[in-house]
Amino acid sequence: MIAIIDYKAGNLTSVARAVSHLGFPCAVTHDITAIRRAQRIIFPGVGAAGAAMSSLKQLGLDEVLTEQAAAGKPILGICIGCQVIMNHSEENDTLCLGLVPGRTAAFPAGLADEDGRSLKIPHMGWNRIRIRSEHPFLAGVGPEDEFYFVHSFYPVPDDPRTVLATSDYGLSFASVIGRGHLVATQFHLEKSGRPGLRMLGNFCAWNPSDSE
Amino acid sequence: MLSKRIIPCLDVRDGRTTKGIRFKDNVDIGDPVAMARFYYEAGADEIVFYDITASHERRGIMIDVVRRVAETIFIPFSVGGGVRTLEDMREVLLAGAEKVSVNSAAVRNPDIIARGAEAFGSQCIVLGMDVKHVNRSPAIPSGYEVVINGGRTTTGIDALQWAQRAEKLGAGEICLNSIDADGTQEGYELNLTSRVSSQAGIPVIASGGAGRPEHLRDVLTVGRADAALIASMVHYGSHTIADIKSYLKQCGIAVRPCS
Repeated sequence: MIAIIDYKAGNLTSVARAVSHLGFPCAVTHDITAIRRAQRIIFPGVGAAGAAMSSLKQLGLDEVLTEQAAAGKPILGICIGCQVIMNHSEENDTLCLGLVPGRTAAFPAGLADEDGRSLKIPHMGWNRIRIRSEHPFLAGVGPEDEFYFVHSFYPVPDDPRTVLATSDYGLSFASVIGRGHLVATQFHLEKSGRPGLRMLGNFCAWNPSDSE
Repeated sequence: MLSKRIIPCLDVRDGRTTKGIRFKDNVDIGDPVAMARFYYEAGADEIVFYDITASHERRGIMIDVVRRVAETIFIPFSVGGGVRTLEDMREVLLAGAEKVSVNSAAVRNPDIIARGAEAFGSQCIVLGMDVKHVNRSPAIPSGYEVVINGGRTTTGIDALQWAQRAEKLGAGEICLNSIDADGTQEGYELNLTSRVSSQAGIPVIASGGAGRPEHLRDVLTVGRADAALIASMVHYGSHTIADIKSYLKQCGIAVRPCS
């Protein structure tokens, strides 16, 4: 069973539908026992970092996530779930989970593309990723594959080895992160067509201990 | 860098897809869930559903369509048409749509944009605008007027000013439809699109008039649109999304590969 963490931060049904479509059993839950019992955890979400962290705390899920990450359970963070795993977010000046050392920063104003045209914020739409470090999570993903992004903030890990892939939008930012048994994507892999489903499937089948 | 999005639009009435030619003489061309799946597999970057169901009692049918679409396709999709209240928005988003678009209701009550953005996030809220070319006047300095009720009612509101106001209120995207070009298949309204896109800090989806791949090239370059809505040109099989994207790629426009 895969536990999809329900912390009242947006449309979680789309993640559950994608996981079910791939044939893996899952449950959307904030029940601590169910999360502890799950084989793996997906930590999705849209919304703001401040609201996300306060919901997590209110439900006692911040501690469970920290505990489960320390225990080595495979965890996948998506979008806001990729931002609040850092130590701190510039969004609402929020103290975050600190599962990956680093911070979450805002896209600066005045970003421009190669032709000098100003870029719109949020970064919304389809973009590529450049793989920086091979990982079972990224198996079968090619340089032409594109993923669906919607965000105004992005994670900045301290340790470049935790950056599995980057994307470009006026600047280069970490779009896939991996540390131990934790992986995270800034894009919505549940809404990224076939390549997104492939990565989601990779996570659902990933046995980190095999690769060690 | 972001790819330009190619977005098929499905008009839905009473749970079945139609395509309005200048909003009249709709013909039934099928099941929205099957068509969504077809376009998802064919390489659509997003899908727009526009619910033209007239009677309020039958609106629940659309929610069921949204739910079934969400189980079938794994790209973003939006739903518009008849969305009037925060509760309408919530229903559509909970059924599995990424975005909800408001059109006439936002003209009557602009506050719905702000309240929707606050409740669900700006990225969920699309402002749909139907626009008609008119003579310039003090009230309509741009010469483009917002119309509602499928183009039947004028509003006296300037389209450029309305786009700007909606963005300030929290709209995350603008879907800009030219009533003059809609259904003609003779090309998008490039001047209108470029004027709205140039002033907007949010993405603009051009709508109305697509008949050939060249029309998309023009609106994504000269028209400065971030995305292009298509309907008849793909619904009736004269073009495929793969053809269109391959043409755009040849023209040097970034598009997401279809496979």
